[in-house]
Amino acid sequence: MKTLFFAWRYLWSRPLAAALNVLLLSLGLASITFLLLVGYQLSKAFDRDLAGIDVVVGAKGSPMQLILSGVLHVDVPPGNVPLKAVNELAKHPLVASVIPISLGDNFQAYRIVGTSHAYVDLYDAQLAQGRLWAQPMQVVLGATVARKLGLQLGSTFVGSHGLTPGGHAHGGSIYTVVGILAPSGSVLDRLILTDTASVWQVHEDYTALDEEDRAIMIDEREITLALVQYKTPLAAVTFPRYVNTTTGMQAAAPAMEITRLLHMLGLGTDVLRAFAGVLLLTAGLSVFIALWSAVRERRADLALLRMLGAPASRVAALLLSEALWLGLLAAVFGLALGQAFTAALGWFLQLDTSLLVGGMVWPSALWLVPLVALSVSLGAALLPAWGAYRVSVLALLQGR
Amino acid sequence: MIRTAGLTYRYPGGVALDFPDVDVPQGTVLVLSGPSGCGKSTWLALAAALVAPTGGELVVAGQALGTLNKLASDAWRARTIGFLPQKLHLSAALTVQQNLAMAQWAAGVPENTPRIHDALAALGVAGLSGRLPAQLSGGQAQRVALARAVLLQPTVILADEPTASLDDEAAADAVQLLLGTAASQAATLVIATHDARVVSLIPPKEKGEIGFQTLRLLRQ
Repeated sequence: MKTLFFAWRYLWSRPLAAALNVLLLSLGLASITFLLLVGYQLSKAFDRDLAGIDVVVGAKGSPMQLILSGVLHVDVPPGNVPLKAVNELAKHPLVASVIPISLGDNFQAYRIVGTSHAYVDLYDAQLAQGRLWAQPMQVVLGATVARKLGLQLGSTFVGSHGLTPGGHAHGGSIYTVVGILAPSGSVLDRLILTDTASVWQVHEDYTALDEEDRAIMIDEREITLALVQYKTPLAAVTFPRYVNTTTGMQAAAPAMEITRLLHMLGLGTDVLRAFAGVLLLTAGLSVFIALWSAVRERRADLALLRMLGAPASRVAALLLSEALWLGLLAAVFGLALGQAFTAALGWFLQLDTSLLVGGMVWPSALWLVPLVALSVSLGAALLPAWGAYRVSVLALLQGR
Repeated sequence: MIRTAGLTYRYPGGVALDFPDVDVPQGTVLVLSGPSGCGKSTWLALAAALVAPTGGELVVAGQALGTLNKLASDAWRARTIGFLPQKLHLSAALTVQQNLAMAQWAAGVPENTPRIHDALAALGVAGLSGRLPAQLSGGQAQRVALARAVLLQPTVILADEPTASLDDEAAADAVQLLLGTAASQAATLVIATHDARVVSLIPPKEKGEIGFQTLRLLRQ
C-alpha cells in the first residue's frame, strides 16, 4: 500500500505531465468504450427485436427501411400494402403465421401500433397491469411509455397523425389504456399497442366523406407491413422471391438487412477503432516518455532508495505503480467519457425514445477497457521500470 | 567496526583501486580524505555492500562483505548502514515526515510514526514534519537528511562530503551534528571528504574521547 501511496505522490509531483497522460489515455479508452457500448446495444436490440421474424412483407421500396421501420421502429415505413394481399399470403403453404403491423399515429413521440395479440406473444411480453385490448380504441402501453408518460389504467388520450410529434390530433378518436406491459427489454417497451381496427377506425373517421366512401375504404383497407414466420426454414429460399416477383409487395429478410446495415456501420466503426488505436498508441508513448523522463530526473532519488536498502525490485515497483495509477485513472475517466459520449449520441440522434443507444450500460465486454488501460500503461512503463531497476548507486556517490 | 585488509576493487573497464588497510572500532570516527577520483566513493560503495570487493577482506559491523548475495546485501544495508549523501536528495514530492516514512518503506520495515518523530526531534526539526523540502533552509534540510540516515538506528553512518559548499560556520555545525548524532547512537561514523577543514573541525577533545582515524587515499 505504501508503494502505491508514494507512487501517487510522485505521479502528481509533475501534475501537467500526469494530467496530459491521463487525458490522452482516457480519450483512447473512451473511444473503445463508445464502440463497445454502441456495438453491444445495437447487437442486443437487433437480436432481441428480430427474434422469431423470418421475413417482413411491406410496400416496395428500401428493404432496410422496411426492417428499420417495421421491426426496430426507428424509421418511417416505405408505404402501405393491401390487407387482402396480406391475407392471401397468410394462406401460403410455407407461412406459419402473419402478424399485421399498422403505423401512422403517435402519442408524444411514442408510436401507436395497430396489430394483433400475436405481436405481444412474439416477444413473450407479460402484462404488469390490466389486460390486452378486447375491442378497437383500447390500448396496451409498453413499460417505458407508461413510465415516461405517467399513464395508468383508465387513462385516455388522442393520437397525432404521423410518427413524430406535431401532427394533426385525431380529436374525435379517444384511446383508453386497458393494460400495461411489464418491461421485456424488447421494442414493445416503447410502443403503444392496439387492435389493427383502431388504426383503420381513426383514419376512416378522419377521412371518410360519407357512408359510401367509408364502405369503399373498408373494402380497400391496408396495413403497413406484416411480420411473417415460416413453417420451415427452407421457405427462406423461395418465399421472398415469390413475394417480390408475383405480388406488388416486397419481402425483406431481417437477418440479411441487418448484416448489410452492420457492414455499412462497420466502415465507420473501423475508422473509429483505428482512431482509438492511434490515440492509445500516442498515450502509450506519452506514458513511456513521461516515466522515462521521471527515471532520468529522479535517478539520484531512486539510487538513494537503493542506498537505504530498497531491493531493485522495490524501486522498479515504484515506477510500475505510477503507471498503474495512470492506467486506473484513465480507465475510470475513459469509461465515464465513453458512457457520456454514448448517451450524447442517443440524445443527438434522438434515439432515446427508441432505446437503441444510451449511456449507463455495462456489458461484460466493457471489462476490456481497464484491461487495455493497464496493458498500455504498464507496457509503456516496462522499460522505465527496467531503468529504475538498474539504477546505479555508485553514480550517485560519484556525483554523476 | 570496519576492518579491511588488502582491499581492492577493479572496475569492469580495467581501472583498479587498492585501498590501505584500516581497523576502525565500533563507535569511532573515520575520515576518508583525498582528491576527487581517488576512490572515496568506491570505498563507500564497498562499505555499504553496493559492490563486492574484487580482492582482499572487508568486514563491516561484523559482517564479511563480498559473501552476500544481492538481496542479502540490500537487507544488511537497510539495517546496518545510515547514509547521508552530499546532495541530500530529499524527495521534493514528499513532506519531511513522508521522506522519512519512505526510508522505512525502502528498508522494508513497517511505518513507525513515533520513531520518525523521535528521529526528527533528536535533531531539532520535529516541527518541520509537515513541510516540503523546498520549504526548508539548507541547515534544516541537512538535519532532516541526517534524521533519515539514522532513522533505523544503523551501526555505521556513511556521510558523503557533508561540508561541501558550506561556509566555515555551517561546516563546523554540520560536523558537530554528525559527531553528536553518531555518538548518541554509538554508531561508527565514516566521513568521506576532500574538504581539508573537516579534520580540523573535529575538536581534539572529541578526537581523544571517541577515537579518530583518517584514511588518506591517493589518486591511483
